[in-house]
Amino acid sequence: MAEAVLAIRNLDVRFQTPDGQVHAVKNVSLDVKEGEVVGVVGESGSGKSQLFLAAVGLLATNGRTTGSALYRGQELVGAPSAMLNGIRGSKITMIFQDPLTSLTPHMRVGEQIMETLRFHKGMSREDAARRALQTLELVRIPEAKRRMRQYPHELSGGMRQRVMIAIATACGPDLLIADEPTTALDVTVQAQILDIMRDLKTELNTSVVLISHDMGVIAGMCDRVQVMRYGEFVEAGPAEEVFYRPQHPYTRMLLDAMPRIDKPSREGHSTLKPWNELKPTLLTVDDIKVHFPMRIGGAIFPKYKPLRAVDGVSFTLKEGETLGVVGESGCGKSTLARAIIRLLPKTAGTVVWCGRNLGDAGENEIRGLRKEFQIVFQDPLASLDPRMTIGQSIAEPLRSLEPGLKGREVNARVASIMEKVGLDPAWINRYPHEFSGGQNQRVGIARAMILKPKLIICDEAVSALDVSIQAQIVDLILALQAEFGMSLIFISHDLSVVRQVSHRVMVLYLGRVVELASRDAIYSDARHPYTQALISAVPIPDPKLERAKPRQPLPPELPSPLDTRSALMFLKSKRIDDPDAEQYRPKLIEVAPGHFVAEHDRV
Amino acid sequence: MLRRTPQHPDALLMERAQAVKGRSLLADARRRLFRNKAAVVGMVLLGLITLMAIFAPFLSPYGYSDIDYDVISCAPNWWPADPYTCHAGGLHWFGTDIVGRDLFVRTLYGARVSLAVGIVATFVSLLIGVLYGAAAGFIGGRVDGVMMRIVDILYSLPFIFFVIILMVIFNQNFVLLFVAIGAVSWLTMARIVRGQTLSAKQKEFVEAARAAGVGNLGIIWRHIVPNVLGPVIVYVTLTIPGVILAESFLSFLGLGIREPLTSWGVLISDGAATMQSAPWTLIFPAAFMTTTLFCFNFIGDGLRDALDPKER
Repeated sequence: MAEAVLAIRNLDVRFQTPDGQVHAVKNVSLDVKEGEVVGVVGESGSGKSQLFLAAVGLLATNGRTTGSALYRGQELVGAPSAMLNGIRGSKITMIFQDPLTSLTPHMRVGEQIMETLRFHKGMSREDAARRALQTLELVRIPEAKRRMRQYPHELSGGMRQRVMIAIATACGPDLLIADEPTTALDVTVQAQILDIMRDLKTELNTSVVLISHDMGVIAGMCDRVQVMRYGEFVEAGPAEEVFYRPQHPYTRMLLDAMPRIDKPSREGHSTLKPWNELKPTLLTVDDIKVHFPMRIGGAIFPKYKPLRAVDGVSFTLKEGETLGVVGESGCGKSTLARAIIRLLPKTAGTVVWCGRNLGDAGENEIRGLRKEFQIVFQDPLASLDPRMTIGQSIAEPLRSLEPGLKGREVNARVASIMEKVGLDPAWINRYPHEFSGGQNQRVGIARAMILKPKLIICDEAVSALDVSIQAQIVDLILALQAEFGMSLIFISHDLSVVRQVSHRVMVLYLGRVVELASRDAIYSDARHPYTQALISAVPIPDPKLERAKPRQPLPPELPSPLDTRSALMFLKSKRIDDPDAEQYRPKLIEVAPGHFVAEHDRV
Repeated sequence: MLRRTPQHPDALLMERAQAVKGRSLLADARRRLFRNKAAVVGMVLLGLITLMAIFAPFLSPYGYSDIDYDVISCAPNWWPADPYTCHAGGLHWFGTDIVGRDLFVRTLYGARVSLAVGIVATFVSLLIGVLYGAAAGFIGGRVDGVMMRIVDILYSLPFIFFVIILMVIFNQNFVLLFVAIGAVSWLTMARIVRGQTLSAKQKEFVEAARAAGVGNLGIIWRHIVPNVLGPVIVYVTLTIPGVILAESFLSFLGLGIREPLTSWGVLISDGAATMQSAPWTLIFPAAFMTTTLFCFNFIGDGLRDALDPKER
C-alpha cells in the first residue's frame, strides 16, 4: 500500500443555524490509500456527507471548517477556489445521491461529459466527444451514441446515475467520492450500478470513498470501513474485522438492526407469529385494475392512453395474516393498496370485505367501514398535518368515526394507544416537527391503531427510516399484531424486511402478480426469473457471502408501462410487436400448494 | 438533515424532562418574526403612524378643513419665538398649505383615508379571493378551468380604464374607490389561494385524513385552510401597500378622494404643484407614505421568512 491519496487530519465542521450551532463533524482523521475502497457508514445526521464536502471545500455557506485535508500533500482546507476547481472534477470527483439534481437539466448528456474534459484536460471538441462516448460505453449505457444527444430528463434514474459516474470518471480521477450513490435506486438497478463501480475501480485503479447507510452495500464493496455516529468515528478497520468482530456497541447495534434476507428470524428481534390457515377470509380481491388516462398529445382534442398501474391483481387475505407486497418503484404496489381501501377509484374488478362488496358501497358506508381498515404511510412527517398536535392527529379517526365519544374518553383512548406504540402520553400537545422520523411513524401507527381495525396497510411504512429506527418500528408492528391480531398488507421495496414480517409474499411487476407464495417458498424456491433477480440483487451485510454471491442476470430497467408489450417482458414468445395491441395475459400457475407463478419463458 | 439529529433512547429520556407543551408552527413563526429587526422596526413605526392617525383630532388644535388666510404657505415652525416664520395662528409643525390649512393634521387625516382604503380594499380582495380560489382549487377539473379563465379575462382589463368607467357611471365617491381597487386586487389573491389549495390537496396528510374517515368539509376546514393561511397572510401584507399606492395614484390623477377630505395621494399631488415655493407640502406627506410602504414591505418580508416552510 502506497502513500495516502487523501489524508484528513483533525477535521472539524460547525454550522451556524438560527437554532444555534451544530457541531456536525468532530475532530476526525482518516487516510484513503492508493487503490483502496473506504466505506463510511452511519445513519442520517451522523455527518458522513459533511465530512467529505468539507474536505473538498463544498460546504454550505453557514459552515466553518478547521483542521486539514491533504490531497497528495496539497492542503485543501482554506485553499483558493481556483486551485480547488482544478482538483475537483478531475482528480477528486464526486457522485451524489440524486442524479437528477446533480445533472444540469438544459444540457445534453454528451455536452456535460465533454465540458469536464475540455475544462480539465484542454481537449478539443472532437477528442472530448470521442472520449465522452468511450466513458459512456464504459459505464455500459446501451446505445451510447444516441444517449449523448439526450437530455437528463429523458433518461431513467439508473441511466442518470451511470451518466454521473461517467462524468466523474471521464478525467481518470485519483479519488472518487460516492455519496449514497444507489440509495434512490431500485435494488436491481443498485446491483448494476455497484457492479459498474466495482469494474471501473479495478480498471482505473481509483481510490473510492463510499458513503452509505446500507451495511449490505458497504459489505460488497469496501476494503476498509469507518463507522460514524454524531460526527465521530466510533469504529474503523478492515471490512471483515468490522463485520465479523465489531467492537463498538453502536456498530453491533447497526449490524443487528439490519434486516437480513438470508435470516428471517433472528435472536433479539420479534418474530412473526405463525398464522392459522383455518381462520375466516377477511378480504378477497378479484382481478382489480386501476388505469389512469394519460394524455399523449392532441392540443385541442386530447388523446388519452391508459396507464395500467394495476392490471388484474387477485388475492385473498385471512384474519391475522400478513401479506407482503414487493416490487420496484412503478410496479403499482401503492396504487393497489389505495384502490383496495377506496382512496383511489378502481377501473375494474371486485373487492369483497367480510362478505361485503366494497364496489357498490356508497360514500357514507365506506366512511363507516374505514373503522375496520386503516393505512400507515411512507413519509411520517408528510402524512401528519403540521398544524395539528400529535394528540389531535391520533384522535382524528376517533372523532370522525365515533362522534358520540366524550372529550375525556377520547383523551383516555389516545393516551392508552400512545403508550402502546411507545410514545409518552405527556407529549400529546406537541407538534410533528418536534419529533424524529421514527417517533412520527409511531404517531402514524397510533392513528391507524386507535380504532382497533381488522386490517392495516403499511405502505412503505419503514422505508424512510434509519435502520436502527426501522428495526424498532418493525418490532413494534409485530408486537401490535401479536396483541391485537389484525391482518396486515405490508408493502415494501425492501425484500429483507418483507421476509421478516410476512406470512405470504406477492411479487408485482408492472401492475401484475408474477409470483405469490409463502415466505419461505418464495425466498428459497423462487420460480419466476424476475423474483430470482430481485432476491439475488439484495445486498447482504456479510462481506464473504456478499462477494461470493452468484450474480443473476438482471432484468432491464422497468420499461414504459404505457407500452402494452412491456408486461410480457418475461414471456417474449407470446408478444405481439405493437405497442398498442391487446396482449396475451400470462396465467398464474400453481406449481406447489399455495405457490403461484406467472407464465414465463424458460431462461 | 443536520438540524435534527436522530433521537435514540437516551435522547428520549432527556426529552421527557422537558416541557410538555408543544411549540406550534405559529409560535415558531412568531419567534422568528420578532427576531427579524427590520420587521420589528416596521411594526413599531406602523403602530405609531396608526395611533397618530386614529388620535389625530387630539394631537392638533386645528381641524383638517380649517382655512386660515393669515398663514398661507407657512414654513414649518416649532418654537413660538422663531422670528423667521409666521406664527400668527400658533404653531404649525409641518407648515401650512396654500390656503393656510395645517399640514400636520392634514397628513394624519390623509393617513386615516389611505390606511382605511388599504385595509378595507385588501379585506374585500381577501374575502373574494380566498373563497373563489379555494373553491376553484378544491373542486378542480372543469369547474376550476372555467373559474380561472374568468380570472384571466378580468386580468386583461386595463385597471385605469376600468376605474374611469366606474367613476363616470357612478360618480366619484369614497366607497367606490374601495370597490374598484378591491375588485381588481382579488384576482391575484384568488390565483395564489387556488395554487396553495391545489398543492395542499395533494399532501399526504389530506389522504391520511380521508383514510381516517374525515368528510370533505372537515378536510377543508381542519387541514386545507390552516395550511393555506401562511402564504395568504404574507400576500395580504404585501397587498396593502400596493392598494395604498393605487389609491394615491388615482387621487394624484384626480380620480380619488375629493376636497376637503384628503389622502396621501391628494396631498402629494398638491405638494408637487407647490414644491418649488413650499417644498414642505410635498416632503411631509411623501415621507409618511414612503415610511408606511417600507414598514408594510418589511413586515411582509419578515412574515414570509418566518412562515417559509423551508426554514423548518
